[in-house]
Amino acid sequence: MARITIDPITRIEGHLRIDCEVADGKVTDAWSSGQMWRGIETILQGRDPRDAWIFTQRICGVCTTVHAIVSVRAVENALDLEVPLNAQYIRNLIIAAHAVHDHIVHFYQLAALDWVDIVSALEADPAEAAKLGASLSDYPRNGIPELRAVQDKLKSFVGSGQLGVFASGYWGHPAMKLPPHVNLLAAAHYLQALEYQRTANKIVTILGSKTPHIQNLAVGGVSNAINLESQSTLTLERLFAIKTMIGELSEFVNGAMIPDVAAVGALYADWTTYGAGVTNYLSVPDLPVDTRGVVCELPGGYIPGGDVGAFQAISGQRDDFFRDGVKEAVKHSWYEYEGGDGALHPWEGQTNPHYTDFEDDGKYSWIKAPTFYDQRAQVGPLANVLAMFASGHEPTKRHLERLLAIAGSVHGSPIPLTGLHSTIGRIAARAVRCAVLLDSLTNQWQLLIDNIARGDFDTFNPPTFPKGEVRGFGVHEAPRGVLSHWVVVENGKIRNYQAVVPSTWNAGPRADDDAPGPYEASLIDNPVADPELPLEVLRTVHSFDPCIACAIHMVDPEARPIVEVKAL
Amino acid sequence: MRSGGRDSRSVGPVAGRAPLHQPDSSPKVLVLGLGNILLRDEGVGVHAVNTLARSHRLPEGVAVLDGGTSGMDLLDAVASCERLIVCDAIRSDEPPGSAFCIDGDEIAAFFATRISPHQIGLSEVLANLELLGERPEHITLVGIVPADLSLGTELSAAGRRGLARGVDLILAKIGDPAAATGEAVAGRCA
Repeated sequence: MARITIDPITRIEGHLRIDCEVADGKVTDAWSSGQMWRGIETILQGRDPRDAWIFTQRICGVCTTVHAIVSVRAVENALDLEVPLNAQYIRNLIIAAHAVHDHIVHFYQLAALDWVDIVSALEADPAEAAKLGASLSDYPRNGIPELRAVQDKLKSFVGSGQLGVFASGYWGHPAMKLPPHVNLLAAAHYLQALEYQRTANKIVTILGSKTPHIQNLAVGGVSNAINLESQSTLTLERLFAIKTMIGELSEFVNGAMIPDVAAVGALYADWTTYGAGVTNYLSVPDLPVDTRGVVCELPGGYIPGGDVGAFQAISGQRDDFFRDGVKEAVKHSWYEYEGGDGALHPWEGQTNPHYTDFEDDGKYSWIKAPTFYDQRAQVGPLANVLAMFASGHEPTKRHLERLLAIAGSVHGSPIPLTGLHSTIGRIAARAVRCAVLLDSLTNQWQLLIDNIARGDFDTFNPPTFPKGEVRGFGVHEAPRGVLSHWVVVENGKIRNYQAVVPSTWNAGPRADDDAPGPYEASLIDNPVADPELPLEVLRTVHSFDPCIACAIHMVDPEARPIVEVKAL
Repeated sequence: MRSGGRDSRSVGPVAGRAPLHQPDSSPKVLVLGLGNILLRDEGVGVHAVNTLARSHRLPEGVAVLDGGTSGMDLLDAVASCERLIVCDAIRSDEPPGSAFCIDGDEIAAFFATRISPHQIGLSEVLANLELLGERPEHITLVGIVPADLSLGTELSAAGRRGLARGVDLILAKIGDPAAATGEAVAGRCA
């Protein structure tokens, strides 16, 4: 039996360690370990709840916006404070544009290199790639000249030995199976994606005043002044610029990203049978379109055991069903709870570090293990897309069916919905969610315009804090899944603050019942052709879009390679 | 770097389509502070650029950005500058509170070798900009050696000393015509 340790496993955001035991070319057991202590919640104790979002958006470098949004929601929930419609729509536009940015970057810049062999693209016939592109969609940027230009660029890049961003790729690995022209088409879209993700980011910048770290939030609304004439506020010109950007992004996501993901998925159809892991799926509704966060454009809920028919909706962002179901276990985490180590609800949550060594059967991670009604749950775009599909959400159904139809035609036979419970399924669902979010961007944009046209310019309701204790929670269906912040406020100051983040749900270690968490469970039975080059393990872990620790990022002038694979 | 038209240096827009990203009135020099301000001296780079922006009148064409610990979010801002000055906490054998620059060839080696969880996506951002032909031509790293990386929002005494030295180094770099023309000598400048 071989043991593989990959530390860290994330391409961009650091400090996840994965250990796998491999026998007969398959993973037989796995451990997911967060290697950094996150105790950032403790910084918030004693502070003014109105300032919490400014600190929480520093928790993570990738997810700044989401931690800001969910923090103001938690405090608003504690105060039972309504939020003006304009503020909801502006926040929704920011949320959706941020998620589109994140999903595009995940597929092209992070996940694709696990499946696409860039060096193989050098051998491709651009005409064949263009023909494939034209057969998949009417996207206008799949022409022969453009594809040839991409190939020439890659040739000069690889020829000069500057692999740069592709240096961590596994080209030539036996698990790389795409024909050269598919690799070329994907490589072209990799480059185009770098432009489009900037477009998505620009929407966030216009509305949030700045990226990274938006500036326009407030407990009770947003600080954007709406005055269609004044240059210093949200003007018609800026709003129409956003509309143009939404159109450009839709063209790319529907024309390139959905077909790419469908085609890559079909050509790796065996990967629809690996990586299911924990199939209890949890997501929350988002994009509220009322002042209380009860009515939301995008549905969410709980699907036990992968059975879409057993879907239980979560109705709005204040639902007791969600609030009362969440706990965090620390039996296998480097924490201890005063008064016994049984799982605790986040309002009672504690963050007391208790480090031991890495103990396979004991404590081995800085990440806690969240549960929903004592069950482990997988979160993320797959959980969300399945919930939206189960609740009959029309755009989700339309985009999902289109993706499955393209995949089926490339594969030569239909790909069933159950194929989504897999490594490829998580990537496919992220593309579907990205397309759904673009429809939502259009919709939320129109809602904002219509509301302003009715003469409503309100963006802020001032909060007031009562004497004594109030408790609140905020939820957000973030790019990596369910994000919740939990706040206890006493006499206007924060007494307790806990963030239960998506990667905690997915990357958490074993819980009180000793059963593996979603990352761990998804790795079991994955094939591993070469334990020295465990590409297959990376495929499954990357399909979750891991984003851990979110904290330290000291530079090291010794320039040591930090990505380390140890096969023991 | 910005002298060529966009079409000449990227695979970008097909004929007849408006470019997605028109070069606008971009700064020539971007001073980018990186770090996590919730981990005391980890955030010294961010505090340094904020101090710089607050307390100094910067020449025309110099912009300051608090980048936090962001990665790909920074691509647009970095793409649109000619010179990039990154200020960040740096692991070093020098005593806490020291500050120094890395320039020239050293910087190329520094960012080329690693896909690192440290300096989170900046090496990724630069590698992708290389691919787009939009990597800033001159990059300087102003490194400050931290003392205390524990949870908290206040800098340590050494961190505050390092901040002051880092700000001085950045100011010197901004005013340094040699650096502006790419003739800066590689190595430590303090």
